[in-house]
Amino acid sequence: MSVTTLLTIALGAILTNNFIFAQFLGICPFLGVSKKIDTAVGMGAAVTFVMGLASAVCYGVNALLQAAGLAYMQTVAFILVIAALVQFVEMFLKRYVPALYTALGVYLPLITTNCAVLGVALLNVQNNYNFIESVVYGITGGLGFLLAIFLFAAVREQLEFADTPKAFEGFPIALVTAGLIALAFMGFSGLQVW
Amino acid sequence: MEIVYAVLVLGALAALFGLALAVAAKAFEVKADPRLAQIQSCLAGANCGGCGYPGCGGCAAAILSGKAPVTACAPVGAEGAAKIAAIMGIEVASGERMVAHVRCNGGCDAQKNFEYRGVSDCLAATKVCGGDKNVCRYGCFGFGTCVAACKFDAIHINERGVAEVDREKCTNCGACRAACPRKLIDAVPYKQKVFVNCSNREKGPGVMKVCARSCIACGMCERTCKFDAIHVIDNVAVIDYDKCRNCTMCAKACPRSAIEPIPTAEERERFNAAQRAAKQAAAEKAAAKAAQSDSAAE
Repeated sequence: MSVTTLLTIALGAILTNNFIFAQFLGICPFLGVSKKIDTAVGMGAAVTFVMGLASAVCYGVNALLQAAGLAYMQTVAFILVIAALVQFVEMFLKRYVPALYTALGVYLPLITTNCAVLGVALLNVQNNYNFIESVVYGITGGLGFLLAIFLFAAVREQLEFADTPKAFEGFPIALVTAGLIALAFMGFSGLQVW
Repeated sequence: MEIVYAVLVLGALAALFGLALAVAAKAFEVKADPRLAQIQSCLAGANCGGCGYPGCGGCAAAILSGKAPVTACAPVGAEGAAKIAAIMGIEVASGERMVAHVRCNGGCDAQKNFEYRGVSDCLAATKVCGGDKNVCRYGCFGFGTCVAACKFDAIHINERGVAEVDREKCTNCGACRAACPRKLIDAVPYKQKVFVNCSNREKGPGVMKVCARSCIACGMCERTCKFDAIHVIDNVAVIDYDKCRNCTMCAKACPRSAIEPIPTAEERERFNAAQRAAKQAAAEKAAAKAAQSDSAAE
């Protein structure tokens, strides 16, 4: 493992294999909380935090399952870990960082159901990442999510005033927009790190 | 056998997490003030945001911490404020009931320089060359962004195409004030009856061209007022609601019908006649005085 490997993982997670635009994970919060830039960035930051933490904890849990010969129970165990983790983070923030807690509001518990978080845990196992690689993949994957939701929210804020055809108003045009941004992200697919 | 093993391991894992969470919940417990829920139940519950806090929960927290006054929730009025004050154990400073008021009366009398057919929203309209009423850059569009913002059905677009507040329903929550892109909506005392319904700050001749019901800053109202309550500030008449006694003299004096209540032709005629008579009497008095001083000099 070298710095180059980590850089490759990071660039892949943020741009080429962006969780939303290339892997289509975490679409629910991506569409749900992208109406305003402020809340979108809050959500992105919270997801980044939880993804990084989940990668670290799931690495340990996975090692435990492997040792017990129960690797096929990964998904269930990871969901358990993520749910518990989000609960714990919520309690912790409420006690020690109430400002951030109120800023994130309802989005914090909602991260439990964000499949990008579960995705990062499963992909870590699939790619045979070690501990550091897992954490880097988790955090940069979250940053990719943050970038995606921020860009999308910025476009959607402008869309509010666009003269959209009646049939396209609201979600349809948002989905078209998401598709176009995903297309643009395909442009990163040739990116390589030497 | 393996299934039992899997269930056991996963169960143990779940129990471990559960236990850890239970411990964490005790360790990180935040004691919520029981008054918080009580205060929140006294608030309007509309989450209108008029108090400036994110929803009623935020307002309740602000009241509890003393950052907001007990009267912060306008919709519940003095009665609600008294209840909250009782919970907080403090005296309530009784405030006068305020309502929203739209400072424009132009509507169909204001000139348009093109027909706007975009999204029926005032903010959107301002983005298109400043809106169809951009001849008057201060007036009400009448697309009803404030109507949509009102949670209490208290503001509507009247037959003249201008937003008008239903004073009985208005709770002065401030949602319309925040929504109006032209900042035309004010909070005024409920008792107040006289208003200047124009906000155009341009100089007289310019305003005269763009709208039939506009304040041209002629100062007639200022000269007519006996209580020093109306003044032309930045080319538009402004009433000092503390001094105003609602005598409506300024409304009658206004040559542009820009002050509410707009007088009828008969009222205006009577007012003009009275003004003429007063002027004549003053002139006669002055003449008599001059004659007197003349004779004294001789």
